[in-house]
Amino acid sequence: MKKLINNPEDVVKEELKGIALAHPDLVKVKFDPDFIVRADAPVKGKVALVSGGGSGHEPMHGGFVGMGMLDAACPGAVFTSPTPDQMLEATKAVDGGAGVLHIVKNYTGDVMNFEMAADLARGEGIEVESVIVDDDVAVEDSTWTAGRRGVGLTVLMEKIVGAAAEEGRSLQACAELARKINAQGRSMGMALTSCTVPHVGKPSFDLPEDQMEIGIGIHGEPGRHRIPLEPADKITEMLVEPVVSDLPFKEGDEVLLFVNSMGGTPLIELYIVYAKAVELLEAKGIKVVRHLIGPYITSLEMAGTSITLLKMDEDLLKLWDAPVKTAGMRWGI
Amino acid sequence: MAILRDDVLNWVRDYAQVIEDNHEMLTELDRVIGDADHGANMRRGFKAVMEKLPSVEDKDIGTILKTVGMTLLSKVGGAGGPLYSTLFMKAGMSLGAKMEMDVNDWAKALEAGILGVATLGKAQLNDKTMLDALYPALDALKAAIADGASTGNALKKSAEAAHAGMLATIPLIAHKGRASYLGERSAGHQDPGATSTTLLLESVAKTWMDC
Repeated sequence: MKKLINNPEDVVKEELKGIALAHPDLVKVKFDPDFIVRADAPVKGKVALVSGGGSGHEPMHGGFVGMGMLDAACPGAVFTSPTPDQMLEATKAVDGGAGVLHIVKNYTGDVMNFEMAADLARGEGIEVESVIVDDDVAVEDSTWTAGRRGVGLTVLMEKIVGAAAEEGRSLQACAELARKINAQGRSMGMALTSCTVPHVGKPSFDLPEDQMEIGIGIHGEPGRHRIPLEPADKITEMLVEPVVSDLPFKEGDEVLLFVNSMGGTPLIELYIVYAKAVELLEAKGIKVVRHLIGPYITSLEMAGTSITLLKMDEDLLKLWDAPVKTAGMRWGI
Repeated sequence: MAILRDDVLNWVRDYAQVIEDNHEMLTELDRVIGDADHGANMRRGFKAVMEKLPSVEDKDIGTILKTVGMTLLSKVGGAGGPLYSTLFMKAGMSLGAKMEMDVNDWAKALEAGILGVATLGKAQLNDKTMLDALYPALDALKAAIADGASTGNALKKSAEAAHAGMLATIPLIAHKGRASYLGERSAGHQDPGATSTTLLLESVAKTWMDC
């Protein structure tokens, strides 16, 4: 294992220390239990958004804390759900009296821990709503599995619902908006290489040099199939087709196209994927009206990409374009 | 014979050592069909339990087990955190203020813990989870008690049934947790959760052998 780390056990704490030193204008970092909150939290009268999950997906979620996006993020150990005490303290720290929305990616651990935290917070008199993100079309059989995973759409949901909360919308309205986004967004990812969890010290799965895994999750969970490597255009097709046909996205739809790096894939390659994805979508009469390109929901150093499509409307466009000021996403200010 | 509070403390200490000795094996099982964190998470949790234990050593069995559960909840994370936490907390609630118990009390406590795990995890037998070790262990324990077995023998039978249940997870296709995404590829691998719960019940049988 070759990594820029000290003791593998200290990776998350040391990262948080760096975040605290780098962005004191945006966030405050709390330790034991660990969480990141907006520097100006709690914002009185505003619905607060709390998310969280295992570490190793940076900039998600900690990098999305700030004006126009999340109010708090709870980082777990690498690829491990955070614990209810973190979520409870974060929820209390951001509650500005208008309620708190938990944005939860659909993983067994995340769902269980957030469920317990929401119960504890309600017990302390805080109004909490939870929304589950499960946009990964790679999981075909959701009856006999833990269900579809929450992946790329999480980033878009956090941005858009964050803007809605900033605008002063109610907890119910924010939760409904989040559910609408979940209903009209879909993702699929692929990996060229595996990744190594620091405290494990060896790759999460073995992927030979000439093979790729289509439909990968963000923790190296396997996808639909493992096949020989293909050129970027062909890979892009393998991701776009299942995403489009699942919803399905139709002729005349206007979409946001999000091309994400799993961490190890450089921008130069993401733009190649983007160009092909736009071509494929246009051929179907689907219009790309907004885009996001870059490493936003990563899987440590894994090489690979994911594609997310979200069907847009006037309201979503306005909220997407609204100002955001976080370490990981910033515009309109 | 009775299972005393000190026996319960010794069991928790023994299991913490078992986790310390086996965390790499558990993580390796999880690496193959999950997300390679089960051993590391349990190790972090039981290290914290060992730090916390001295503060409740003079309390009743229920308090001790609930404290173990609360500590695991805040330290383990993942799905294992809430599930193990529930197992210990529900067992602790069932035992309440007892300073000693008999094997019937233990069977009831285990049953309460297992019910908690099943409710929270929404898993069924043969979903390739910790329940595949826990259910057979409970059935064997009850059957041994009904047959008039000694405490030591009943616990041994229970641990053996857990072990058999753990091995029986190997051919199963996972329907819960991260392993479920593998579908048929999860078959042929032993479930990490069923493994750590088997170690837990083996630790019980070993520590309470002469009770």
